[in-house]
Amino acid sequence: MATASTEIRVTPEIAAEHGLTAEEYARVKQILGREPNITELGIFSVMWSEHCSYKSSKVHLKRLPTRGKLVVQGPGENAGVVDIGDGLVAAFKIESHNHPSYVEPFQGATTGVGGILRDIFTMGARPIAVLDSLRFGEITPSKYTSKEEAAKNRRILDGVIRGIGSYGNCFGVPTIGGEVGFEPCYSQNPLVNALALGIAKKEEIFLAKAKGIGNPVIYVGAKTGRDGIHGASLLASAEFTEESNQKRPNVQVGDPFMEKLLLEACLEAMQTGAVVAIQDMGAAGLTCSTMEMASRGGTGIEIDLAKVPQRETGMTPYEIMLSESQERMLLVAEKGREHEVLAVFKKWGLDAVVVGQVTEGGTARINNNGRIAAEIPAHPLAEEGPVYRRPIAPPALRNETAADWFAFAAEGTNLTQNFLKLLASPAIASKRWITEQYDTSVRTNTLAGPGASDAAVVRIKDPKTAVAKRALALSTDGNGRWCQLNPRVGAMHAVAEAARNVACSGARPMAATNCLNFGSPEKPEVMWQFSEAIDGLAEACTALGTPITGGNVSFYNETLGKSIYPTPVIGVLGILDDASQVLKIAFRDEGDVILLLDGSNSAVGAQHAAPHLGTQSEFSSSEYSKTIAGITAGEPPAIDLVAEKRLIDCLLALAAEGALQSAHDVSDGGLAVTLAESCLASSSVVGAQHVAPHLGAHLKLEAESPAEAAAFNERGARAVVSVTPSKLAAVLDTARQYKVAAREIGQVTRGGAFRIQHKEREVIHSSVETLRGAWAHSLERTLTAK
Amino acid sequence: MKFGVVVFPGSNCDHDAFYAIGNVLQKPVEFIWHQSENLANCDAIILPGGFSYGDYLRTGAIARFSPVMKSVEKFSNSGGMVLGVCNGFQILCEVGLLPGAMMRNSGLRFICRHVHIRVEQTDTPFTSAATKGQVLKIPIAHSDGNYNCDEATLAELEKNRQVIFRYTTADGSGDSAGNPNGAVHNIAGICNRERNVAGLMPHPERAVEWALGSNDGLVVFRSMVEALVGAAKATA
Repeated sequence: MATASTEIRVTPEIAAEHGLTAEEYARVKQILGREPNITELGIFSVMWSEHCSYKSSKVHLKRLPTRGKLVVQGPGENAGVVDIGDGLVAAFKIESHNHPSYVEPFQGATTGVGGILRDIFTMGARPIAVLDSLRFGEITPSKYTSKEEAAKNRRILDGVIRGIGSYGNCFGVPTIGGEVGFEPCYSQNPLVNALALGIAKKEEIFLAKAKGIGNPVIYVGAKTGRDGIHGASLLASAEFTEESNQKRPNVQVGDPFMEKLLLEACLEAMQTGAVVAIQDMGAAGLTCSTMEMASRGGTGIEIDLAKVPQRETGMTPYEIMLSESQERMLLVAEKGREHEVLAVFKKWGLDAVVVGQVTEGGTARINNNGRIAAEIPAHPLAEEGPVYRRPIAPPALRNETAADWFAFAAEGTNLTQNFLKLLASPAIASKRWITEQYDTSVRTNTLAGPGASDAAVVRIKDPKTAVAKRALALSTDGNGRWCQLNPRVGAMHAVAEAARNVACSGARPMAATNCLNFGSPEKPEVMWQFSEAIDGLAEACTALGTPITGGNVSFYNETLGKSIYPTPVIGVLGILDDASQVLKIAFRDEGDVILLLDGSNSAVGAQHAAPHLGTQSEFSSSEYSKTIAGITAGEPPAIDLVAEKRLIDCLLALAAEGALQSAHDVSDGGLAVTLAESCLASSSVVGAQHVAPHLGAHLKLEAESPAEAAAFNERGARAVVSVTPSKLAAVLDTARQYKVAAREIGQVTRGGAFRIQHKEREVIHSSVETLRGAWAHSLERTLTAK
Repeated sequence: MKFGVVVFPGSNCDHDAFYAIGNVLQKPVEFIWHQSENLANCDAIILPGGFSYGDYLRTGAIARFSPVMKSVEKFSNSGGMVLGVCNGFQILCEVGLLPGAMMRNSGLRFICRHVHIRVEQTDTPFTSAATKGQVLKIPIAHSDGNYNCDEATLAELEKNRQVIFRYTTADGSGDSAGNPNGAVHNIAGICNRERNVAGLMPHPERAVEWALGSNDGLVVFRSMVEALVGAAKATA
């Protein structure tokens, strides 16, 4: 197929090979008023692929809240844009590169990062941070994962990590956060979601909208080769089968050095004032960029393929239009000023060629050496593609009984060994071995890198004066296990946790971006999961005031007919008005009071005497249940968005008062893990004048039973904060004003002991160094084992 | 007094060096494009970190041939102060202004973290504001920082006290334990015999404010400023 020439006569069979259904092919003929040639068929097939057209998700995505008073640009452009004050805006977006990362982990991950960075600087914004949300299959053998498979998963992880690092490090953007999760379902379908954040002046944001009849269209950046042809349509829009290895040639190859040059040259070219519009060539390459720019601008476009810089000889129009060679841009310049733009690219040693012009009418005409290779009305192609309301069906009810659920240990059981096992599990263990392979400090803006705060925090230097007043905080979250059990509640938790993380860094959540990773949309149960998740996201984003400004949908995450857990990943962006007020997770001083803040009303005075079914069912979906008992069942914890909002507002008020020494939300692994992490972080406090090694904690948990539920349940709307005794009264007062329960659960101690008592009985007792032994190097040991 | 920060295609710590000097220390600084054949009358030159020319072939291997490096060589040969950080250090080795070469890190992976380095010599314009034995906390971020050279060169370096920074632990006691990349003799930074050209793998420009986790890197730039002030007085 890749060598097809324009001479091939298109038949319904060839259309089907391109992934077009009979109805879609009929629609192509209707739009053209004739049979398409092979190049046109290729163009339609990529533009109407699931990946580019959102044909199965569109009707659902409409339900997401996308507006807000700070939203400058919502979904539909290269990235979402929000107002961050002082005449500045932040552009941010998350995108998946799942399938390429399985087929070719290193290149798949690099091009994932490269693609999202281009989306940001295409808008005129300089990228200042990258986060990655990653999911892999299990990296140690288990009843679900064979030894060979675990080894393969480790290789995939290694390739992805190296790929992310290789690209971001060379490009010169800090990779400062994200998460890594492990479940058997990602074994043959890892998730690689990359989020990038950039800064621009508000009046200098660029859009991808062709304007001005006669304006020249300029191709810039890397030469076009035969790589990545049909990456979007065949790789991203179909599930994996046993032949997927043959798709390796469909994966693109990244060159971060070229991208760095492209970044500097594009930003400099934009400064000339001669650039009218700009669009990167990502999925579907030259096809998508020409057609979408014309369609958005309501114009036509004409380009000559003979002028396109080519890396290989003898490429057909079909191949040139469908190539997904990386590090390329298409821009429209002001007529008569193109030399200013070309001069900038020449300075940076990049190809920049006028390949065509903006035309009247709505036709996109692709010429090749004086012959018309394709002629398509741009708007109908880009905007009037197929839209599906696919069948939806909830899965069969799970008839679970208490026998399927986690059985709590008898009261008084010593839980220390279980706790150490939990700390050493890949999901909970320190990710330092991974994040140290990323440059986290380039550009000298990183105020909280990986693990320092619940969110990654970068300060914003004014582009002109370099004065840094404010900072931005970002967190990505998503719990596939919970979404599998209940997609609506699970999706709400993803938003709540990301927003809570941002608030725990002291920042006010302002907007969100989402990456929706699901199985095949052709399965009614998957579409049900999708629809439920959308409703959950919509409700949570509305309640927490974080409109969705963009993102992407990744369907067909299945291998041999088996879907991944539905995994919506949410990135929430927040702002700190004072960059010097970043809250971190580390305990700081001996004698500080440890408070558990709980936004739920029932927290005040509610005491369960014995486990009831709710507790047991809910606990069975926890990380502890999975790690200790191998049980994943029941329901995600019930979610209370009002409670989440109360907690966030309370945290922000406390942060603004400068009343807190530390803040850390309760999430994976529950309260015990939260407390341990605050102790473990205390010996590596970065950014404070004082370093306080060997801090421990002494805690008493009284409010809940049994002990395992008290220590490890993962209910939301909770955070652990530490407070200097002299400020305790003021903090309790503020908490009361926000109707947030603030329970004193212990004290920061010296000497490095970690003790948790439950109703007068000691259930966990260890030294912090023993905890560190379990937590700090377990991932490294697993991943570097021969 | 004026600092110049060279910009190669692929430099990505150029802005950080510029910020450290221009904004934190409030001293005059400008960028110098790699194709420039003069150094804009700068009094001290910084070759910043990054991936010059994509680090194709070998780190720093192509950058050494850029037009600006001819001027930098001439400048240093006449006693001008040149500091290479990370990729800048690699370039100085490639061009022969400093001896030795970089190999892949012993762990074969990129490493980014705060490390500790001890100031070994203070009679250089890059360390004069520090005290001998002072331990600095400064981040590294590299794949190829494993400094190496032949035995004779190593002996020369030590004999002439050209090793100016050595990896160590926080208390300055465990040099090999604090060595992140396998560098011979735990070398983090060296100077030439004339002591006017220096290179180091850690990034002092990334440790210039407490908000970034450390301001220990400032001592390097302060030393350079003092040296320039001293030189200006001497010629006045």
